[in-house]
Amino acid sequence: MSHEIEPISDPGLPDHVHRATDTNPVAEKKAERQVAILFLLSAVGTILFIASYIFIPTTEFIFLPVMGTTNAHELFLGLGLALALLFMGLGAVHWAKTLMPDEEVIAERHEFRSEESDREDFVATVKERAAAAGLGRRSLIKRTLGLSGGLLAASPLLLLRDLGPLPKNQLQTTSWKTGTRLVTDPGNRAIKPSDLEVGAVAQVLPQLLPGEERTLNNIGKDAVLLIRLRPEEFELSPERLSWTYEGIIAFSKICSHMGCAVALYEQQTKHLLCPCHQSTFDVPRAAKVIFGPAARPLPQLAITIDSEGYLVAQKPFTEPVGPSFWERSS
Amino acid sequence: MSAPQTPAGKVANYVDERTGAAKWLKKNLTKVFPDHWSFMLGEIALYSFIILLLSGVFLTFWFDPSQREVLYQGSYQPLSGIKMSAAYVSTLHISFDIRGGLLMRQIHHWAALLFMAAIVAHLLRVFFTGAYRKPREFNWIIGVGLLTLGIVEGFLGYSLPDDLLSGTGIRIAEAIIQAMPVVGSYLSFFAFGGPFPGDAFIPRIFTVHVLLLPGLFLALITAHLMLVWYQKHTQYPGPGRTEKNVVGYPLMPVYMAKAGGFFFIVFGVTALLSALASINPIWLYGPYTPGQISAGSQPDWYMGWLDGLVRMSPPIETHAFGHTISWNILIPGLIVPGILFTGMALYPFIESWFTGDKREHHLLDRPRNAPNRTALGAMSLTFILVTLLNGGNDIIATHFSLTINQIMWFSRIGIFVLPPIAYVITKRLCLSLQRADRDLVLHGKETGRLMMSAEGEFIEVHEPISKEKAWTLTQHEQPVALEHLTEDEHGVRNPNSRGSKLRARISRADAEQIQKPGGDTHREIE
Repeated sequence: MSHEIEPISDPGLPDHVHRATDTNPVAEKKAERQVAILFLLSAVGTILFIASYIFIPTTEFIFLPVMGTTNAHELFLGLGLALALLFMGLGAVHWAKTLMPDEEVIAERHEFRSEESDREDFVATVKERAAAAGLGRRSLIKRTLGLSGGLLAASPLLLLRDLGPLPKNQLQTTSWKTGTRLVTDPGNRAIKPSDLEVGAVAQVLPQLLPGEERTLNNIGKDAVLLIRLRPEEFELSPERLSWTYEGIIAFSKICSHMGCAVALYEQQTKHLLCPCHQSTFDVPRAAKVIFGPAARPLPQLAITIDSEGYLVAQKPFTEPVGPSFWERSS
Repeated sequence: MSAPQTPAGKVANYVDERTGAAKWLKKNLTKVFPDHWSFMLGEIALYSFIILLLSGVFLTFWFDPSQREVLYQGSYQPLSGIKMSAAYVSTLHISFDIRGGLLMRQIHHWAALLFMAAIVAHLLRVFFTGAYRKPREFNWIIGVGLLTLGIVEGFLGYSLPDDLLSGTGIRIAEAIIQAMPVVGSYLSFFAFGGPFPGDAFIPRIFTVHVLLLPGLFLALITAHLMLVWYQKHTQYPGPGRTEKNVVGYPLMPVYMAKAGGFFFIVFGVTALLSALASINPIWLYGPYTPGQISAGSQPDWYMGWLDGLVRMSPPIETHAFGHTISWNILIPGLIVPGILFTGMALYPFIESWFTGDKREHHLLDRPRNAPNRTALGAMSLTFILVTLLNGGNDIIATHFSLTINQIMWFSRIGIFVLPPIAYVITKRLCLSLQRADRDLVLHGKETGRLMMSAEGEFIEVHEPISKEKAWTLTQHEQPVALEHLTEDEHGVRNPNSRGSKLRARISRADAEQIQKPGGDTHREIE
């Protein structure tokens, strides 16, 4: 191996260089004044904080360039607090840097490993005590202790059982039944095909029976999107085509990927887009996934009209809506 | 011994007679800490945690962790008469009616963002300087634990207001739980007290957010700091600094003033950000309902990588024997994060295995002197950056007139291609920097002064560098590659020959260095 130069050795800690404040009383006095001024500015900040709390009403708004319209009460309260804290901190740091000793100190390190004799003593002690307690011999005691300890440790899990009910078929079903009317959300009005123009989208929910109340749990499974295209635009199997009505097609609004609301409809391309992970569904082809992480199309709800001409469900969803789960069969 | 006269003396006497604290304090008030700006990153995390505790306690005085449905009739007119949860109403109340309430909400949220940023920056500092090496492996693992808990704690925290954006995040978390094979639906029903969203998760995550996790944080942070204290801080190499000493300033008074002052500065900056820059304006999002969503749904930044992974995942599900396995959720949501965090936690042990180095290290590495580690770090960071970028793909698409598809395909390909490229480039850069150090030591620094020799040739005058600088550039050991042992010294075949071969290969890559000048102080591994 080549040795271009002599081995370099550690020159040791460089000599301490004095600061201006260490040698020059004028500089020292100046630093002292600077620290004092910083602490005083902190007090000014606190006074601003108190004054804002008392005198600026919470309903006062002011316009700030870049930031826009801001609540004046919160703004000045925050500025007061920020100034009080910042100057307090700056004062302390300036004090430490200019006036406190800045000579570096050396401390020794020691290896963490215990002395060999300590280790031997430790092992001997443990062995001796364990032997005295008969830990090696009394296997009956050890086994029964292990058994009861394990039981005792596992039992609290039992108490968590009532955190929730078993899923049963709740992930598989929705409130949609044969003949359930589609009502607008918001508004709760039943819809006729003529209410929707070509290109229009509407969010609908199943009509409530008297005495029923709509919960978020229902919305989380029942939300449906209605989209009206021209009938000739569909590229559907005959069965799926029979699930539409005069160009109106209905899909579950709950994303088949992770359950977000699929709320973005692009009228030009007839794509539905989920804002969470950008799964994109092609409406004319039964919401086939054309992009993104979703693995399944949005479930289609078969619709028709009832005797009064209102849109209703032909039948319940034929597959579970929302994200996948272990028990899902398709 | 005379009885103490001053009030302070009397108090000290009272305490010491009962605890013997004087002996311990005498020793520790003069404890030495090395000075470097990068050692403040961990401090920022600690101080943000204290700010989070203070502002969080304030918020709990008014926050109502309940999903009871109420009609809003408060002072924020645009939402008047709308049905929402009591949690959302109380968040509006804190934001609009409690004086300083909005400021405290903003401070809490900004401090959480800063907390996570500081943890990540601190982690990078520790990684790139090799500070996790023996004897500090425990503290590295505690740190990885704190990072993991911090992500969970932050996510639960911003979910509490029960607004449309955070509810969507909870919906996604529910889908990840539900996707677990065999137990998924059960776990989800237990966590949410029935089908999603139910009315149980806000009270439950509130307890976890304000009691369970902060308790764990306090315990782990205490252990983290006690270990730093007991093992003494690492230091950067330089003249007079060795593996056997620690060079710096004493706790009292210098670090008390500096660290104490720095706490106020961190708090002050947080307050300033909170006063000027509004984040998470939940009143604009509206209350959560599963049937609605806002465009451009973005999690907080420390969740962005996870969201980005989920977004770039290919649409794969397996349907077999009447069951479904959602690889498009499991891989990005559980498997990849599991591998990342396990790998991170185990890294000190992996490195020690392929370097064969089992000694204590208190002097930090300059990143260029550990090209393999630095390159690995850059590689991991590139991986996370690609995912983070993809987590914001909708925002990037609208801001830079790109399509979502372009960004998604860039990420899907980039996640495999860019990290190895980053590895190679970083390693080459490190070796180049080593070469530059070597030139500096051998030939001195350029002065910019030109001289004409008698023959008319122009040369630039080089000036030798100081012996302190030369030492700093050459004090490090250079690793030697471990050899592949097929048989031991008695000629017996090594039963673990494959492991040894792999180790030799990694070790060879790790040992690639530019020969430093001034002798071959190769480390000797006992």
